[in-house]
Amino acid sequence: MNPLWLGLVLTAVKLVVVLAALLTMAAYMVWVERRLLARMQLRLGPNRVGWFGLLQPLADVIKMLAKEDTVPAQADRWVFLLAPAVTACMALLTFAVVPFGPPLSLFGQEVPMVVSDLNIGVLFFLGLSSLGVYGVALGGWASSSKFALMGAVRGLAQLISYELSMSLALVPVLMLAGSFSLSDIVAAQAEVPFVVYAPVSFAIFLVSILAESRRTPFDLPEAESELVAGYHTEYSGMRFGLYFVGEYINMIVLGALTTVLFLGGWHGPWLPGLAWFLLKVGALAFFFIWVRGTLPRLRYDQVMHLGWKVLLPLALVNLLVTAGILLGVRA
Amino acid sequence: MSTVIFYVLSATALVATLLCVTRKQAVHAIVYLINALFALALMFYLLGAPLVAAWEVIIYAGAIMVLFLFIVMMFELDPAREAQRPAPARRWPVVLISAVILACSLALAFADPAGQAGVPGYYASPRAFGELMFGEYALGVEVASFLLLFAAVGAYTVGRGDEPAGGGEGRR
Repeated sequence: MNPLWLGLVLTAVKLVVVLAALLTMAAYMVWVERRLLARMQLRLGPNRVGWFGLLQPLADVIKMLAKEDTVPAQADRWVFLLAPAVTACMALLTFAVVPFGPPLSLFGQEVPMVVSDLNIGVLFFLGLSSLGVYGVALGGWASSSKFALMGAVRGLAQLISYELSMSLALVPVLMLAGSFSLSDIVAAQAEVPFVVYAPVSFAIFLVSILAESRRTPFDLPEAESELVAGYHTEYSGMRFGLYFVGEYINMIVLGALTTVLFLGGWHGPWLPGLAWFLLKVGALAFFFIWVRGTLPRLRYDQVMHLGWKVLLPLALVNLLVTAGILLGVRA
Repeated sequence: MSTVIFYVLSATALVATLLCVTRKQAVHAIVYLINALFALALMFYLLGAPLVAAWEVIIYAGAIMVLFLFIVMMFELDPAREAQRPAPARRWPVVLISAVILACSLALAFADPAGQAGVPGYYASPRAFGELMFGEYALGVEVASFLLLFAAVGAYTVGRGDEPAGGGEGRR
């Protein structure tokens, strides 16, 4: 077959497989989270629909699709209708640069197990992660409701305060790997994962992605005890579902990125690459849920304090020390 | 091909910026400005500066516009005031501009999947860019960053007003 056509077909197949896997995983992440949280709180969780409640996500989707899609009369209609899609799309697109397995040999060709191996993969992730907040901000603003607006403002303030420390925590990884490409970063961790060399970066990145995914203890944009549901208060039906699924896709994608950047990606002994990758992402997702079951929500000024006065200086010092050591070792 | 796309994009950026400064609704103006920045990012890519293109999205569209949006929301401008005017023609410019930018990026991606054909003679690889920035022009970069630091400190001082020291913690 013509190599161009083969490339196109392979890319299309990869796109479909990755999209389907990601959406299914996101749906089942909802079920896993509800079950685990319930166990942590000495409850049972959803266990009625299907075997162990495994059909619950399907039932939820049918319910949400069947619900009425309401738009508040005072809302900015078009912005309101489009905002949830922004959040979900940005979360899905990020996965395009994540390498999820060792290259596969098919039809005598090396097929890399990544949708698009961009040479600026890390920058692509940073760009999409900062654009993702527009869904929250514009959705909250367009609702024309006080609670939604408060949630949107909080989402924006939160993004500005943790994004700097997140990007700065990534710089030591880039210095260690010497590349912006996520595939090269994984290849550089064939023997030792970067979490060993850059533990402080790992800690800062982990806290920052908790804030990025807007989950407890950083779920201030949707703090249900003060803001009803925050930025998605006015949303119903599948548009609410898009925000909801977007959050879980984000959780998986951020877990995958942490795996790739710090935990050695698909490298590991005995098991095949893809299994290791899924195991590591699963462990990180469990960590996310565990944190939600353990920690209370931070107060708003505590988040700002943590972002600007603790994480940012720490990330800067960490960057300087890592650069100094690397310079000393390589000189 | 890339020349045509370049001029289409520059026209789009101009129109988007014009619409941005003429909007009454500040949030809509920001959406137009974000569109203009996307067009600019693609133009930087066509000019052979992919790193600047990425920064245009990360820093300008992703951080500075977010700050703008934050400030605008602080004003508590109500979308309801605008929504009461039934004007369906209001929304087609932003749809058109986004569509043009999307079409241009798709055209670029399909005409040149490897990202090689559009590379002009003065292509600035990230490495070359960094070496120039922190080597030959290091002084200029440092002067500019100090200027920004002074501006930030100055804005903070002006914003604090005459409050006694330590009184700024709990204020909004």
